[in-house]
Amino acid sequence: MFKFILKRLLQAIPVLLLVSIITFLLIHAAPGGPFAEEKAVPPEVLKHLNERYKLDQPVHVQFYDYISHAVRGDLGPSFKYPGRSVNEIIAAGFPVTLELGCYALLFALLIGIGSGVCASLNPNTWQDYLPMTFATIGICLPAYVLGPLLVLVFGIWLEWLPVAGWELIPGDKILPSITLGSVYAAYVARLSRGGMLETLSRDFIRTARAKGMPEAVIIVRHAMRVGLLPVVSFLGPALAGLLSGSFVVETIFQVPGLGRYFVQGAFNRDYTLILGTTLLFASLIIVFNLIADVMLAWLDPKVRQETVHG
Amino acid sequence: MITGNALKAVLSAAFLFIASCGFNYETNVESGTRQGILHIGNGDEPRELDPHVVTGRIESDLCLALLEGLVGWHPEGKRLIPAAAKSWEQSEDARTYRFHLREDAKWSNGDPVTAADFVYSWRRALLPALGNNYAYMLYYIRNAERFHQGEITDFSQVGITAPDDLTLVVELENPTPFFLQLLTHMSYYPVHQATVEAFGAADERGTRWTRPGNHVGNGPFKLKEWVLNRSIVVEKNEHYWDAGTVKLNQIVFYPIQNATTEERMFRAGQLHITNNMPVDKIAHYRQERPGALKIFPFFSTYYYLFNTTATPLDQVKVRQALTMSIDRQQIVDKITKAGEIPAFSYTPPDTNGYTATAQVRYDLERARALLAEAGYPDGTGFPGLELMYNTSEGHRRIAIAIQQMWKTNLNIDVTLTNQDWKVYLDKRDGKDYQVARAGWIGDYLDPNTFLDMYTTSSGNNDTGWSHRRYDALIARAGATTDQDRRFALFQDAESILMTELPIMPIYTYVSKSLVSPDVRGWRPNILDIHPFKYISLVPSADELSADDLSADDLSADDLSADDAD
Amino acid sequence: MAEPGANRTPVNAGAMRISTSPRQDAWRRLKKNKAAMFGLAVLAVLAVLSLLAPWITPYSYSAQDLELGPSPPSPEHWLGSDLFGRDLLTRMLYGSRISLAVGFIATAVALFIGVSWGATAGYLGGRVDTIMMRIVDVLYALPFTIFIILLMVVFGSNIILLFLAIGAVEWLTMARIVRGQVLHVKQKDFVEAAVSLGLSRFQIIRKHVIPNIMGTVIVYATLTVPNVILLESFLSFLGLGIQPPQSSWGLLISYGVETMEEYPWLLIFPATVLSVTLFSLNFLGDGLRDALSER
Repeated sequence: MFKFILKRLLQAIPVLLLVSIITFLLIHAAPGGPFAEEKAVPPEVLKHLNERYKLDQPVHVQFYDYISHAVRGDLGPSFKYPGRSVNEIIAAGFPVTLELGCYALLFALLIGIGSGVCASLNPNTWQDYLPMTFATIGICLPAYVLGPLLVLVFGIWLEWLPVAGWELIPGDKILPSITLGSVYAAYVARLSRGGMLETLSRDFIRTARAKGMPEAVIIVRHAMRVGLLPVVSFLGPALAGLLSGSFVVETIFQVPGLGRYFVQGAFNRDYTLILGTTLLFASLIIVFNLIADVMLAWLDPKVRQETVHG
Repeated sequence: MITGNALKAVLSAAFLFIASCGFNYETNVESGTRQGILHIGNGDEPRELDPHVVTGRIESDLCLALLEGLVGWHPEGKRLIPAAAKSWEQSEDARTYRFHLREDAKWSNGDPVTAADFVYSWRRALLPALGNNYAYMLYYIRNAERFHQGEITDFSQVGITAPDDLTLVVELENPTPFFLQLLTHMSYYPVHQATVEAFGAADERGTRWTRPGNHVGNGPFKLKEWVLNRSIVVEKNEHYWDAGTVKLNQIVFYPIQNATTEERMFRAGQLHITNNMPVDKIAHYRQERPGALKIFPFFSTYYYLFNTTATPLDQVKVRQALTMSIDRQQIVDKITKAGEIPAFSYTPPDTNGYTATAQVRYDLERARALLAEAGYPDGTGFPGLELMYNTSEGHRRIAIAIQQMWKTNLNIDVTLTNQDWKVYLDKRDGKDYQVARAGWIGDYLDPNTFLDMYTTSSGNNDTGWSHRRYDALIARAGATTDQDRRFALFQDAESILMTELPIMPIYTYVSKSLVSPDVRGWRPNILDIHPFKYISLVPSADELSADDLSADDLSADDLSADDAD
Repeated sequence: MAEPGANRTPVNAGAMRISTSPRQDAWRRLKKNKAAMFGLAVLAVLAVLSLLAPWITPYSYSAQDLELGPSPPSPEHWLGSDLFGRDLLTRMLYGSRISLAVGFIATAVALFIGVSWGATAGYLGGRVDTIMMRIVDVLYALPFTIFIILLMVVFGSNIILLFLAIGAVEWLTMARIVRGQVLHVKQKDFVEAAVSLGLSRFQIIRKHVIPNIMGTVIVYATLTVPNVILLESFLSFLGLGIQPPQSSWGLLISYGVETMEEYPWLLIFPATVLSVTLFSLNFLGDGLRDALSER
């Protein structure tokens, strides 16, 4: 197992290198430079700026320069925010995004597993259809529709919750977390319903029932352990998606996370900011997928064989 | 089933939790008004707080709280008043100004503000390596341009001197009637030398001198807290010479980009003042909360650029036909909806006493005739146009309406292309477009800030249009002192511009804000500048008198009422 | 943007083992599934309506009536009109053309690349497999939001590119699933028989391997279509989708959200149609999965 993890981590190095090359080339190919403004930038000012940020040098030199700093943990200065380093922006934004992502995931698991398991216990009754309909609606409503709707209902009409902000007013973390988590709640519900249905029809559950074990013990201790495996394998990509995909929610709710910088960095041609955040998210995607695989192997010996040898 | 019950329990617990932490919190506006803390939306995260590095309005609003130039705008935005300078004299030839600084003016750390501070700061603003995008604002000073371009390195040749601690002498290249106005611009703000140099060289960008704890300013407020992308807090500066006038204890700036989010925060009592307002909400506010809605003409023109270097737009008649065939009144009534003023000239009406004499018209018959004369009767044979705008809901709506007007009125097919901001700038700059959306905010209240853009040598002239007589008129106006003669020259120039039409004016912007009735001393004005030192907060329940409010809003409300019908 | 993570989720892999039983069997099982047949019917109706759009409404999708402006549903405009006085029903009908086309064509692109890639890697195995799957890993690790934005910025936004960009992102999961299936199928007797008969590798992949994994692929595809439609709407939200005056559901919804308090019909109708479509696709996908999986 240790060798497997080590191997995957070593494989991540060339992957990250390639990711940074692709991003670097794409962003340099994008028209418009980082210093273009509505009011024409005088050529002499532009010249000094390009020199200062080494943009006057050939692309491969720039890339080598960037990478050699990046491996030492220095992601360079932001182009749009002259006083900020990319490290500083990530250090300020990422904890917020992580916190938001974790709440959203928590919400997704709580609601998703709850309704999925509930549905699987009573298949094809209203206790199945009702939660599953909600789950499907969750998938169908994009965050930029759901967010404003929740704000309108809970923030404006009922006046129960703040309409925007993060750590400004008590309770302002609730709506963004729910908005971000709802899509994933829907997926978790579908996955756990499917997994549970299949597991509940297996022999070992029947055996346990025949032995007269209490139903609650059977479900929680035996069925869920196997039936929720699909959910576990979903967790890695889900958390990665939650973190790199929080842009819309952060915009709607004025959350000072990294998602906004990530998307705006591309529009602002903030080369270093884009590269820094892309590398961060790429590493996270790799790590979370690895964690999910490891957890899966730990929970399911059959997969362990395939993972290690496959 | 047990799980089902557990689920219900969890859900109801969650619901109770949500309900309990949500109910009955005091809004920002309530607590802020009580404690003298102003909560204000500021559009976006500022890039920096260094007045010689940044250029945007977001940053300039923050600098307005933290720093103070020699002169400042009166809160009504109609005249200049002394600020860091208590008085000044102008020489006979109008080329030399002598400013007298206040004895009691202090930096926020207690140091006195001296003339040497201004010499240092203006020199810094001109240092080539700093990369100050607004350095050209200082080019009116003798030799400033040459110093910035690196042609001379000896700053003593630049027309800025400090004979003593409290006297500053400025010599200009030309008599510049709007020079005092320029002094309100942030590129003329002073910075504290010891602080700047404690964190890096004078011409180093983005050092830590602007961080809370380090920042030293001479403005009515000082920097208290700056949390990236969340908020910036400034608090009253006790060392400020006019601290007695300052009523607010703190201002909290929120970098809210999304106007819809901002409006919701205003409605929920999280903000006193918004930076913007969604157009679709205007009708509602006009009806339900007219007092909160502040709409006022803004010194800025919305227009389209024609690329005059390529067919078919190289033909004046085509440009004239296009300009004459859009219904500006309908655009402002039905699309922009905030009471914008249809623009028939490039300069906004009544620019500090100047009004354009030549105007474009809305004349469909003439437009069709011109198009036929250009060789495209009823649009036949017209090659089609591409209209480019930068991604934004507002620009998109206007483009859609104009696309349809040109189709219906001239039978011309227009395709729309939205581009992200940097691509848009790149294409505009490279003349890789046919028609492009544009907007220009005047830097100072004078027609020159609009008209010198379309001279041949201007870096902002992206149309490829070049007219020798136009260039000559603008140059002559620049060397003229007499205001009437200057304006006459500008009028001549503008009538060339409005005949040749490298640009098509559409409307004069308005500034749109929502302002809580608790806020006093916030006066709508054409520059949309609202000095924080005059703003105070009074719970609207104990309003002094109704007159006090209406006096503030008279002009704005008149305007909205006119446009409502 | 919550969808992208979900895009990459392998659909419940446990329930996707397919049977080798005849297709008629599967079709019979599918026909019994009311929800799935409902979904299929809805999609068929929508497709027909969008094709017949010019004959259904008297309005053009771009014709404006600024004097009218936004108006609630009325006998003239059954679903109301938008900010420019354009008939909402007409714009939705024309919008469904684009949305459905984006959904199906981009999925087809993803399908094509993903199936060929995954099948080749899985069948050839060895070093080729390693290299091909490493490439997939690299693209997997590329945060896809930024990838699409950069693609659209570099190459300019046009509808063909939109198909390609979305397809290019969506094929990764498909490639992984197909590779797994191929590895599974490869060990079966009939493939070994084909090898012993001397068929070329390409023929074996095309004639024996791909048909046997089509079940999995179809199921995954029906679940990809909704993701793609949502993705298009996200790009429209960012201003990178299709250009006005054309419309798509995503575009209509993102404008509807802006004015949902003032002109709620502009959000409600497009959002309902989008939801019903996505529902139908999900029902159909579930039904297909049930019909094709061995019980």
